[in-house]
This record gives sequence, structure tokens and C-alpha cells, in this order.
Amino acid sequence: METLVYLIPISLFMGGVGLVAFFWTLKRRQYDDPKGDSERILSTEWDERPKP
Amino acid sequence: MTVSPAAGSTAGSMRPAASACPACIAAPAAERLAAAGDLKDARLMLSLPTAHCAVCITDVERELQRHEGVRSARVNLTLKRVSIEAEPGVSAEDLIGRLDRIGYEAHELDPGLLSATEADKRGRDILMRIGVAGFAMMNIMLLSIAVWAGAESTTRDLFHWISAAIALPTVIFAGQPFFVSAWNSLKGGRLGMDVPISLAILLASGISVYETMQHGHHAYFDAAVMLTFFLLVGRYLDYRTRAVARSAAEELAALEVPRASVLRGGEEVVVPVGQLVVGDLVRVRPGARVPADGIVTDGTSEMDRSLLTGESLPVWAGPGEVLSTGEVNLTGPLTLRVTAAGRDSSLHRMADLVATAESAKNRYTSLAERAARLYSPLVHLLSFSAFAFWMWKTGGDVRFAVNIAAAVLIITCPCALGLAVPAVVTAASGKLFRAGLLIKDGTALERLAEIDTVVFDKTGTLTMGAPEPENLADLDAADLAVAAALAGASSHPLARALAEAARLAGVVPAAVVDLREVPGYGIEGRFNGALVRLGRADWLGATPGTVTATHLQIGAAAPVSVRFADRLRPGADAAVAKFLAQGKAVHLVSGDVEGAVSALAERLGITRWRAGALPAEKAALVAELTASGAKVLMVGDGLNDTAALAGAHVSVSPASALDAARTASDIVLLGQDLAPVAEAVRVAVKARRRIKENFSISLLYNVVAVPIALAGLATPLAAALAMSMSSITVSLNSLRLK
Repeated sequence: METLVYLIPISLFMGGVGLVAFFWTLKRRQYDDPKGDSERILSTEWDERPKP
Repeated sequence: MTVSPAAGSTAGSMRPAASACPACIAAPAAERLAAAGDLKDARLMLSLPTAHCAVCITDVERELQRHEGVRSARVNLTLKRVSIEAEPGVSAEDLIGRLDRIGYEAHELDPGLLSATEADKRGRDILMRIGVAGFAMMNIMLLSIAVWAGAESTTRDLFHWISAAIALPTVIFAGQPFFVSAWNSLKGGRLGMDVPISLAILLASGISVYETMQHGHHAYFDAAVMLTFFLLVGRYLDYRTRAVARSAAEELAALEVPRASVLRGGEEVVVPVGQLVVGDLVRVRPGARVPADGIVTDGTSEMDRSLLTGESLPVWAGPGEVLSTGEVNLTGPLTLRVTAAGRDSSLHRMADLVATAESAKNRYTSLAERAARLYSPLVHLLSFSAFAFWMWKTGGDVRFAVNIAAAVLIITCPCALGLAVPAVVTAASGKLFRAGLLIKDGTALERLAEIDTVVFDKTGTLTMGAPEPENLADLDAADLAVAAALAGASSHPLARALAEAARLAGVVPAAVVDLREVPGYGIEGRFNGALVRLGRADWLGATPGTVTATHLQIGAAAPVSVRFADRLRPGADAAVAKFLAQGKAVHLVSGDVEGAVSALAERLGITRWRAGALPAEKAALVAELTASGAKVLMVGDGLNDTAALAGAHVSVSPASALDAARTASDIVLLGQDLAPVAEAVRVAVKARRRIKENFSISLLYNVVAVPIALAGLATPLAAALAMSMSSITVSLNSLRLK
């Protein structure tokens, strides 16, 4: 039972990291064009170097 | 309604949908550009109805970036549009032309930046709440499973306290949209769907905190948070469907003229149309729209009335002729004495007609509203009677009775109901959007599913509203070369169509000199010393026919006529055939002359048609059909259709339609093809069936779970199971929509 003292905070922390990551993607507007993004990976346009 | 001309003057770079008539708007657009004064970087937004794949994205972006002055272009495939950052002076028209050459249809959108970012913010706000609720739900569920698995005494209390610490802030933050809307509906004296939702969330949290303090066995923290999560997902789907539709439909740029040039004291002054008064002398340049009703005092020209009346043939105009607001001046400059402006103009009378039609139409109650109306009182009643019964049964054990009442509220809470409609509507409108249809109104799909009668307009709807020469083969090569040369020098739509057809046929224009346009009549020049003329029948002494035609005369020879037909909109015959196959009654109503209408009706197999219909008559026909019990789908594009569009059960207009028509209709056709309209009806019928299935599914879960809750046997585990199972089943069922 003592392990709970570690495990619960760890699980909450990991969930929190996920939440923060979600906020970050939201802020970077990664959900504005889901269909376009899924198609863009098929394009070879910026394979050599990243888009300036 | 943005029928009033003044209402069109909100943004700087407005232009009609490209296919309407590019030359018509060149003049006012240039005027506005000049009036804008200081030059800022252009941010343009184009709608791309045909874009659908990775190749389209790269093609469009690459092509736009090749254009001088374009800094960046980014395609958004979800919204089917491209946003362009460019240096000042880059016009949407050039870019549209560029895209057209590589085979992409594009229309300019009014960026209306404010509304777009505003909408984005709301969407991301809901998404953030969903994220928080999801995080909390997962963590609480982990702890709850430990409790359900048999955690005892202190451990259970500890888990409950941790759950409370996560759940309470989450509910307060994530549940806000429901609390706000529930409060608003209570203030308005209504019992909306959000009232039982808010009550269930708050009651579940409150009772759980109390139980935890009392070392009780059952806490509903997971249920409270899960409820919030699923309902937020439904809310987001609902919001997203509407946001996509609203932004695209409203931003298709407006057509109305915001300014007019008035002759005052011998000088030309540019004033907003709102300031025109009766008696003003107004100059109308070729290509511009008539800003107010009036009588021509000077000049001759031809007027295009197709968007106003449905007449496909340009009408001659000269001194003494009466013109109405919105007609397009084609060839020569005109001076007009204003007889009616603002409120009294024909445009405003049309707007009044629309308002009448709209108020006569019953407000449609959607399936979800009907369900909520039945549901909310029932849930409250059920929960309250459970409370009263257990109070009586246990002899006043408030804690037990409240627990039961809360369990009933949680279990009956419309998780699945909140998802049932948005999930289906999202799936259906996404499918239709990919087919090129924009659903502007959430209930339009449901209404579309009910229709049994279809009324079509002719010009611009079933036809493209653009003429094409029919009998070029009848002309010999030499005549054709002369005709091509003459036609190439005019901006008249018939001449342009002729020149374009000749170019496509590989005709080299003859060397005609001294080309001169005779406004209102045609164009003349000299070829090998002989006078050659192309124009109206009465000008050349030819006999006017019943079909649209222009006439060519070389020297003193008898005039040869070139007949024109309005090209059928692609997919028009397929759409009509499908509607007939579906057993719908198809009507054709047009303001055009009888010959043109009957020919088209015959060609498409439509037996019920009416020609020469005035706007009020179109609206009356729709009202008549509605009164006889029919559910009418109106498809039209002109100002003369607007009242009929507003009065119909559900209405569709093409993207090339007048702003007023698009505003009045529920669905906008983004591409040129008309065939998706018939397809949309099929999808709508299926969608409605799915919605009803979803209601049955959630009802079934309630039928099973509610007696358990009423009997006091419900545990938090049972509540969690019922809730998540019904939500997931409903979402999966919605995805079946094909």
C-alpha cells in the first residue's frame, strides 16, 4: 500500500504531461486542418529541407 | 438579410463569385481600390471547392507562389480554402485566373478576419475543456476502478478525496458551457436540455463530496466528469459543423454596389448608394450595376437582367426606358434619373417580399428540440418522484433519497442524446461538403429529408446563365473569321461567348479595321472596304427570332444569324433524373420567355413548368404547394428567386448566386455540378434514419437502467457503464452513414 504514495502522484504527473502537450498542440493550431495535414505527408514538396 | 445595397459595403475587397460575370464588377472594384487609399498588405482568401488531395495542395500552393507579390499561400483542405499573404496590389481576380488555368475552380471569400479568428477561438476553447475533462476522467476512472474492485475504509476514502480534488475543479471549468446555457434558459423561463445536464453534474459532484465526508461507499465523481466529457464532445461536433458552414457561406463576397457616381452641378461625385435621392442623375458605366431604380435620360446600351428576372436575353435600353436596381449595364454608358432609391427601390421591395415569406414560414422544430421538450420535464419528474417515494418509504432518510434521485438524474442524463444528433449531422455534412454542398443551417438536413417536391429556377440554376453559340457550323469560314474579329472587340456577353467559341474552334480573326462599338446595338468595322456589323436584329434589319441570337452582316449581304443557347449546368440532367426517379414532383419556374423554358423542360423531362413568372408569383407557387401539404425544395440563384427560397421548406442556391439568394437559402452549392443536390436528399434521408436509431438506442439503455436506479440498486459502476456504452454505441452508429 505504501507504493501508492509514489504511484498516484506519478500517474497524475504523467496525465498532466499529456494534458500540457495537448494544450501545446492546440495553441500551435494543429487541429485547424486535420484533412490537409493527413494529405500533406504524401507530398514530396518539403522532403529535402523544412519549409522556410 | 443583406439585400440592401448599402449592407454590402463592409469590407474592402469584395467581389462577386467569379462565374457571375467578371467584367460586371471591374469598375466598382477599381473604384473601391482607389477609395481604400492607403495600401496595406493583402490577405486574400479563396474558396477551392474542387480541391481534395495532396496533389491539389501542392499544385495550388506552388502556382500561387509563382505569382508575383505573393508571399505565402496555405491551403486548408478541411475548409477547402486557401489563405494568401501578398503584397498590396495583388488582386484575387488574377489569382483566380491563374488557378483556373491549371484547372482549379476558385471563388473569392471576404476574409472577414475578425469573425474567422473569433470562431476559431470558440472552437479551441471547447477543445481545451474537452482535454481537461478527458484527463480528469481517465485519472478518476483509475481510482474508481480500485474502489469498485474492493478498496476498503481508509484507502477508499483516500481515493475518493483524490478524485474529488481532480473532479471539482474540472467540473467547474469544463462544465461552464452547460451552466451558462442552463442559467440563460432558466432566466428565459424555459427548461432546456442543459438544465437537467447541469443539475446532474452539480448534484453528482455535491452528493459525492458529502458521501466522501461521511465515509460513504458510493461516489459519483467519475460519472460527473464523464458526463461533462461526452456532452462536450457532442457540443464540439455541433459547433464545428455550424462554424464551417457559417464562415464559408457568409464570407462568399457580396455583389451589391456600395457606391454610385452622381452628376451634381455638372460634376461627377461618387456617393454611397444610401445617399441617393429621387431626381439625382446617376452615371452607370458599362460593366456596372444600376444603383437605384430610374429612367434613362441619355445613352443607349443593353442590360443584363438575368439575375433579377431570369431573362437570359439582354434587353435594349435607351432614353425613356425604366431600369431597376441590380441590372447590369453591358455596352454603353447611361445616365439615369433616379425615380426610387433606398427603401422604395425594387431591391427593397424584393427584400420585403423575402421578409414576408420568412415570417409566413413556420419555425422548424428539429428532432433534437422535440426530444428535449419531451425529455427534460420527464427526467425532472422521474427524479423528483424517486426522491419523494424513498423519503416516504424510508421514513425521512434524506441522504438515501437524494442519493437515489441523483443516480436517476445521472443515468437518464442525455449523454447519448447530446451526441445522437451532432454526430450524425457532422458525418452527413462532412460527406456532403466533400461532394460540394455546404449545409448552412443545422436543421436543413432534417428538412431536406422530408421533401417531396422540387422547384427549379432556370437561368443560372439549371443552366449556367452564360450563352454559347449553337450554329457556328452554318457560317462559312470567311464569315466566321469576320464575326470573330468583330466579337473580339466587344465585352458584350454574346460577343465574348462567340469570340471564345471561335478561338476554341481555331478560327483566325479576319483583319477588320475601324472597329467601333455602337452601344445598345452592336459592333461595326470595315473589312476589305465593306461595312461589317455584328449586333441586334433590328439594327441590321433582320427578323428577330424567338431564341437568343446575334446577327452578322457583311457589306450589303443579307444578315446571317448566330443562335445562342444557354449551356446546361453540368449535372443538371442527372439531378432532375434522380429526383424524378426518387418519385419527387419536379417543377420548373422561370422569369424567362416561354420558348426557352419549354425547350429546357422538354429536354430534362420536366412536365410541370411555368414561364414569365414574376418574383411574387414564384413565391406564391411555393406557398401554394406548401399549403397543399407538399414539402418543397427550392433551387434558385436570382434575386427573383429569393422570396421563393425563403418561403420553401428547404432551399439550395449555387455559389454563383446573388448574395441575397445565398443568404436566404439553407444550402449552398460550392461547385458547378448540380448532381450532388439529388445525392444530398438521399444522404439526408439516411441521416434522419440514423438520428432516430440513435434516439432508440439511448432510450433502450434508459429503459433498462432507469428501473434499476429507481429501485435504489444503481451503483456508480452501473452508471458509468450505461453512460459510456450508450455514448459509444451512438457514435459508432453515426459513423455507419454512407
